[in-house]
Order: sequence, then C-alpha cells, then structure tokens
Amino acid sequence: MTEKNIYMDNNATTRIDPIVKEAVLKGFDLSGNASSMHGPGRAASAAVNRARIQTAKLLGADPEEIIFTSGGSESNNTVLNLVYTHMFTKSGRKRIITSSIEHPSIIETVESFKEKGVPVTIIGVDTYGKLDMDALRSEAGDDVALISIMMANNEIGTIQDIGQAAEIAISCGALMHTDAVQAAGKISLDVHALKVDFASISGHKLHGPKGIGALYIRKGLNIEPLIRGGHQEQGQRAGTYNTPGIIGLGAAAEIAFNELVADMMYINKLRNKLYRGIETLIPNVHVNGHPEEVLPGTLNVSFPGAEGESILLYLDMEGISVSTGSACATGSLEPSYVLIATGVGPELAHGSIRFSLGKFNTEKEVDFVLEILPPVIKRLREMSTL
Amino acid sequence: MSDSFMNEWVYTDTVKEHFMNPKNILLDPEYKEDGKGLVGSMACGDQMMVVIKIDDDKIVECLWKTYGCASAIASTSMMSEMALGMTLEEAYNLSPQMITDKLGGLPQHKFHCSVLGDKALRAAIDDYLERQKRDNPFKDSIAKIICECKGVTNQQIEELVKVGVVGSMEQLQEETGLGTVCGKCKSKAAELLDEFMHIYGK
Repeated sequence: MTEKNIYMDNNATTRIDPIVKEAVLKGFDLSGNASSMHGPGRAASAAVNRARIQTAKLLGADPEEIIFTSGGSESNNTVLNLVYTHMFTKSGRKRIITSSIEHPSIIETVESFKEKGVPVTIIGVDTYGKLDMDALRSEAGDDVALISIMMANNEIGTIQDIGQAAEIAISCGALMHTDAVQAAGKISLDVHALKVDFASISGHKLHGPKGIGALYIRKGLNIEPLIRGGHQEQGQRAGTYNTPGIIGLGAAAEIAFNELVADMMYINKLRNKLYRGIETLIPNVHVNGHPEEVLPGTLNVSFPGAEGESILLYLDMEGISVSTGSACATGSLEPSYVLIATGVGPELAHGSIRFSLGKFNTEKEVDFVLEILPPVIKRLREMSTL
Repeated sequence: MSDSFMNEWVYTDTVKEHFMNPKNILLDPEYKEDGKGLVGSMACGDQMMVVIKIDDDKIVECLWKTYGCASAIASTSMMSEMALGMTLEEAYNLSPQMITDKLGGLPQHKFHCSVLGDKALRAAIDDYLERQKRDNPFKDSIAKIICECKGVTNQQIEELVKVGVVGSMEQLQEETGLGTVCGKCKSKAAELLDEFMHIYGK
C-alpha cells in the first residue's frame, strides 16, 4: 500500500480535527472527577458544562437538554429502552414505529424488543430512500409510544423530513426520536424547530473523539436511565464523566457549528466533482440515494459487473479508503439491507461503493480517485461473468 | 458495511499477488473450449465460469471469469494454475481446502462462499465428458455419505439443489429421507445445503 491515504469513508468515522485533539489532550490534565466538590472536580465540571453549551448549540437545544453518552448507539438504545419505563407503561402505549433503513442500533434493538412482546411497525422507503410518510401517518395511532426515524442515512445519505414525521408523532401523542448521528455537523439541525423529543449524535462522526456522544432530551421529559448507578446527568445516565471525551465533543460541535455552511458548500462541491467525473468516465453506473435531498458528502454508486469488495480492495491498494454494501464485506451472504430496502436488486447492491467525503478531502484527492477508479472498474468488468 | 471483515481479512502475500495479478483470465470472447462450467449466482455476489481445453485426458488450458470478491478472484486464479497439467481425475478431486492451503489460508467466513473455482472446474469436466458423450466415472467417486441411515451422499444433495428440486431442509428430507432416522447428520447436511444453495440457488 502506498503511504498516502485518501480517506473517503467519513460516514464510518472521521479524522479528529487537530484543534479538537489539542482540546482533548488538555482535557486529560483535568483529572478531577467532575462530580467532586473540590477544586479539581470543579475545574473538570466547568469544562463539562462548557462542552454541554457547545454541543447544545449545534443541535439548537438548551444545555440542560443534553446528556453525554458513550456514542450514537448508546443514545439510540437509551431512547428505545424507554418503552419499558413508567412513561409508557402508565399510558398503555407500547408500539414503536421506525423505518427499514435505520442504523443497526435501532433495527436490532427493536427486533429484540419484538421478541419480548413489544409491538413494532417498520415503515418502508421509496427508491430514493425517502420514508413513506403516508404509511407513517396511517400507522400512527394512540397505541404508539415512540416514533424513531433517522435524519440522514449512513449508507445512501438520503435526508428525511423529520419535521413532518414529528408533526405526525405530535398528532397521535407519541414521542419522536431522530437518530441524527449522520446529520449533525453535516446539515443544519434544530431540534426545537423540528419539534422532536429526542435526538442522538456521536462525536467521531464530526471530527471529534470516538466513544463519546450525546442525547438531546426535550425539557420536561424525565427519562429513566439505561445505565444506572450514579447521579450524573441529573440521574439520567450514570458513570463518571468522560472529561476529555466530552471536551472533545464540545470542541468538535463548536467547530462544526461555526463552519457548517462553508463545509457544506466545500464538501458538496467535491462530491459533485466526483459524481460528474464518475458519470463521465465510467459507463453504466447507478447512483443510489436521493438526487437532491442527500448529505453533502455522501455518494453511493453501483457499478454493475464489478463486485464491491473487489473494488474496495483495489482502491485500498492505492491508498483510497471507501466502503461497500456488498455481502462479501459483511461476512454474510446478504448485501446491504438499506440498498435492498430501496428496491435496488442484489446485483446492484453487491456492486455498490460509498464515497463519503469530509472537510479534509481535497480536489486533488478527487482527481486521483477519478484517475484510479475507471481502470479498476474496467478491469473487474473484463474479468466478470456478466 | 460492517467493519469486521477488515480485521479478519488476511492478505497473505500469495492471496494479494493472485488478487492483484490474477492468472489465466478468459479474455477472448471467441474462445473455443472443450468444456465449460458456470456456478454461483449474481444474487449471492459470486459467480464463476471456468473453461478448459483437454488433451489426452489432461487439462492443457484452464481459463476463468468471475464476478466476485477478492478471495473469489484469488482462489480461482490459484485453482487455474493448480489444475494445469492435471489428469481429469486429479482435477475432479481438487478441493477448496487444497486451493486455500496453497493460498496460505483465507478468513473462515470467506472459505465457503468464495471458493467456487473447484466446483466450476468440476462442472467444466462434466460438460467436457458430456460433449464427448463419454461416461462420467468421477461423479460418484467423490461422493461422501452424509446420512448413514438413509445412505444419502453430498453428491445427491448437490445434484438435487442444482436441478432445483430441493431448496430447503424440509424438501431435502422429503426427497431423500435424510436425517429422519437418528438425525445426527442434520447440522452437517444443513451446512452443505447452505453451501449448495449459495452456489446454485437463484
């Protein structure tokens, strides 16, 4: 492998921003327990509070509406777990509605709930990955406890109309959660304007550290914790404050908020250059996801006749990092459930490559990919039985 | 888009070499082969075609095409080198394990789904013998008893799946009675069924 790395897998994780890294490293020196009353404790606590303000700003929330978690998966699990709590058992509402293209931390959790007798309704998507809003509307009844819909999809980048889904939730009296892990820091996010009750975000998707995330909980809602054993986060999430991680998330959120518009425009320009280049240089390609309502940096393309894992590894040899929806890359025989849910046939799903660009990518890198990719596809197609 | 495979993927130098520079790819659309075999399906993400030329019952040319992942490419490339010069009988007995060993190993989850070269080669030999209107002495020779109680072989199971008669364990049991007596072969049979469904299933 060549020394250089052209990283176009930003939906999987992102490189830490050097400014964030600096803040995290300083955070390690704040070694007091943020719950302690003494000086070192108060210093750590002040840093945590500052990060809470920074994080809240990115979401359009108030600081007291933010709790820190270990990441997107924990935030999602915390919300889903609420159907077992007093909040719902008292009202008699039990049903969860979610979509067919959610992250595994939603899909697998609701599947496990289903086995325990929780009624679950899965709403499908169209060929662009857009939620079937009419189906959501007709499913929303007074037995629904929670509607959970992701704001933007990790694989195809399609953005959902969360405001509309939240209106439906309000009209049937259900709570509304959005998994905003892929959206936060990439598109504008305002949980108050969207009228959602919960929103999950993750630090490492926005150039922050791994192992830290947050959950927005609308003011007035008192949740029961998923992790018990301490009074941290007003009793909503136990565990000693991860001060360096929290500081890192705050710093990353602040940068993402301040640079949002510029980053969106820059990244989208790179994506469009890559998109146009691929369409011009490679015959017979199929773009997955919504043509317009899509994350600025996500480009999911299928190359019929070329298998995804092979494409990925040939690119990897050249130092280009991407991901694929091919079965071979999952260790199962099934290709991406997201692509299958959009009605893409298994053959296109096996030949899909996700480029997810970020603020650290450059035009030169896009040029390099456009130089390497066409011969890779050509070669695999020559080799193919198709 | 799981990240698990990257951890498990082991680039032995041999795998890498055969993936980067696959040997004996069929590029000539006009190629006149003596026998041709096609296994796998696009739906499963792996499809393999092998064409052979035979002289004096020995494989003198073995070319291939594949739609598949890196280990499918590498293992078929390796197979095509190994098969060269083999007698029909030797080639028929080439096993996935022999190919994998020559490659220096493959990740466990890759073994069953991507090593299809030997099956395609066998199909090509079957095709050759059929074109020559000769008996096929190999088909039964590599049969292994799976269900001892009912005497069902792996070959029978493969054939039933291949022709589309069997697509599930229930159908397999109905057709052959496999696993209906002592039942101890059922998990082995289910594994084989999965493998054959992957190779021949639509």
